[in-house]
Amino acid sequence: MLKINNLHAGVEGKEILKGIGIEVNAGEIHAIMGPNGSGKSTLSSVIAGKEEFEVTEGNIVFEGEDLDELSPEERAHKGIFLSFQYPVEIPGVSVTNFMKTAINETRKAQGLEEMPASEMLKKIREKSELLEIDRKFLSRSLNEGFSGGEKKRNEIFQMAMLEPRLAILDETDSGLDIDALRIVANGVNRLRSKDNAVVLITHYQRLLDYIIPDFVHVLLDGKIVKSGGAELAHELEEKGYDWIKQEKVSN
Amino acid sequence: MGYTEEELKKELETKEYEYGFYTDIESDTFPVGLNEDIVRAISRKKEEPEWMTEWRVEAFRAWEQMIEPEWANVTYKKPDFQNISYYSAPKKKDKYNSLDEVDPELLETFNKLGISLDEQKKLAGVAIDVVMDSVSVATTFKKTLAEKGIIFCSISEAIKEHPELVKKYIGSVVPQKDNFYAALNSAVFSDGSFCYIPKGVRCPMELSTYFRINEAGTGQFERTLVIADKGSYVSYLEGCTAPMRDENQLHAAVVELIALDDAEIKYSTVQNWFPGGKDGKGGVYNFVTKRGLCETNAKISWTQVETGSAITWKYPSCVLKGDNSVGEFYSIAVTNNYQQADTGTKMIHLGKNTKSTIISKGISAGKSQNSYRGLVQVNSRAENARNFSQCDSLLMGNNCGAHTFPYIEAKNKTAQIEHEATTSKIGEDQIFYCNQRGIDTEKAIALIVNGFSKEVLNKLPMEFAVEAQKLLEISLEGSVG
Ligand SMILES: Nc1ncnc2c1ncn2[C@@H]1O[C@H](COP(=O)(O)OP(=O)(O)OP(=O)(O)O)[C@@H](O)[C@H]1O
Ligand SMILES: [Mg+2]
Repeated sequence: MLKINNLHAGVEGKEILKGIGIEVNAGEIHAIMGPNGSGKSTLSSVIAGKEEFEVTEGNIVFEGEDLDELSPEERAHKGIFLSFQYPVEIPGVSVTNFMKTAINETRKAQGLEEMPASEMLKKIREKSELLEIDRKFLSRSLNEGFSGGEKKRNEIFQMAMLEPRLAILDETDSGLDIDALRIVANGVNRLRSKDNAVVLITHYQRLLDYIIPDFVHVLLDGKIVKSGGAELAHELEEKGYDWIKQEKVSN
Repeated sequence: MGYTEEELKKELETKEYEYGFYTDIESDTFPVGLNEDIVRAISRKKEEPEWMTEWRVEAFRAWEQMIEPEWANVTYKKPDFQNISYYSAPKKKDKYNSLDEVDPELLETFNKLGISLDEQKKLAGVAIDVVMDSVSVATTFKKTLAEKGIIFCSISEAIKEHPELVKKYIGSVVPQKDNFYAALNSAVFSDGSFCYIPKGVRCPMELSTYFRINEAGTGQFERTLVIADKGSYVSYLEGCTAPMRDENQLHAAVVELIALDDAEIKYSTVQNWFPGGKDGKGGVYNFVTKRGLCETNAKISWTQVETGSAITWKYPSCVLKGDNSVGEFYSIAVTNNYQQADTGTKMIHLGKNTKSTIISKGISAGKSQNSYRGLVQVNSRAENARNFSQCDSLLMGNNCGAHTFPYIEAKNKTAQIEHEATTSKIGEDQIFYCNQRGIDTEKAIALIVNGFSKEVLNKLPMEFAVEAQKLLEISLEGSVG
């Protein structure tokens, strides 16, 4: 589904991603871990098409198509979703209105009619129940004055509404309390299918207790330096990153 | 025919009608230039009574002594007042034979606004072959109003049919000598609307100039007079969301509102005159004087969405004369390309316990300049006056400007005046966030701008609000890239 080949990308001449290769197939869950500043958010932004970053080498192929020429919204229309590490505020635009616009713009791009209001309402009800979100919350301005945890939960609500093929969750677990973590993880699991895939960016094992990854990758200074199964996350939790750094040096 | 009020409202909503009051003037145009003879000739053409003629002449004499103001934060080439024709009968002849002859860009905008074909023809000045059931609707409409004693007609008609009301109130809020453009308007006003709501009557529908305005063009010097008698209520809509192409470069209108004891007037405007090209060429100069007077317990709300004109100079104001009276001003002003807007309000607190609210949202894009200018004045006898002002500016790009000029003059110690101002920029992060959710940049900006303007949009009557939103979208089109 997603194939990243020798991806080099940076900003203003500074290289941040230094040759990344990952392959994600439908039905799989991948976790990406790595120290602060190693390039995790940059990778997700580049996949989503943020223009600030320049791809200098390599490419990203999604469903057999090179993403290079596609705008961020076109990538979204193809089913790529990014749960932001730092969701932005849009004053005066309610969560509901924002979602309505997002869904209908996507449908328009796919040549479909606007979603009928009744269907939209039903969907909103269903997904807000799944994520235990108070309906009052949905009429508030998007992310404005939301607590850290509320913002993250709202990202997952949006994911649930948009039903993407590929969801990249950038530190969605950070800032969630224990109950919220369970609710969000449960939400993600419920939305899993053999047709979609999830990439989890996280610092902590605890999220991976709920959402068990098929693969774990370690990103260090813009490169994937180690990949493994779910057990790798446990090892990292226990030992930190130093041993990998050393392993890399001795290689 | 027997329309029910509900049916009538529906009909009004579909807007496929015209009110059908015209001014009967033969078609001819005066030579350019302005002098006392021209002013008298205008009055004669319109068959006005002598008092009206003298009133105009008095205004003209005052205007001759006045100098064009320069304090607004706008720059432009001053109009040559001797090079304008001050009387031109409405064009009876259709400009085009079919829509094919009309500027495609104009039609494109009509389509975006969702304006029906027939209406498009009417707006663009195309001969209409489909005869709409307009006369009967207009008649029924007038009948409903007449049953309640409401007068809604052109000001020319009012001068003839209701001279006692016009004589009493015209110039009572905006005196002839008030300012340069008001004096000019008083001398040469072409036409406009008149509305009177009798004591205790609640006007059952939104009164609108929507259609009439497109009919013949408003002329350069429009005059509006709205009188809400004791305990009455009226909501009045001015303007049109369709783009107006007008050869007249200068527009100097005067609007006077009078809210007697316990009355309420809601006055909503959508202004969308031709803003000039992307290169800053052409466009309308819009110099308007709008003012309302509130007697005891009365309330006046001005709501405006200003997206048009090359230069706008406009300060809808409230004189809070009566005790406990309330003045409100809600404004969205959008400037793009080379547009310049200097707009705001004046709240003059004279009575006790008077209250005013000002919410101003300025949106600037391109190379435009957008200024808010507001005065809150509390008279020495106005005990417990209160004002709340909030002025927010939204900038798009680095080449535009937003300016705020709040003036506060409080001569009574009990006054409570609060002023808040914010300036923000549409961030790339906000746009990327929207893009990531499948919303393209143009739409993202519309969404962000609508969110920013929400408090004001919410004050507009429903259908007007929907159109105003589309209008915001259209006027900001191509502002990023
Ligand atoms: N726009 C930018 N301009 C300059 N440097 C940037 C920019 N964006 C990211 N960087 C740098 O690139 C590196 C990687 O940043 P990134 O946000 O991808 O890290 P991360 O792995 O997500 O870290 P964290 O775990 O703290 O979220 C950092 O050194 C960061 O300062
Ligand atoms: Mg990060």
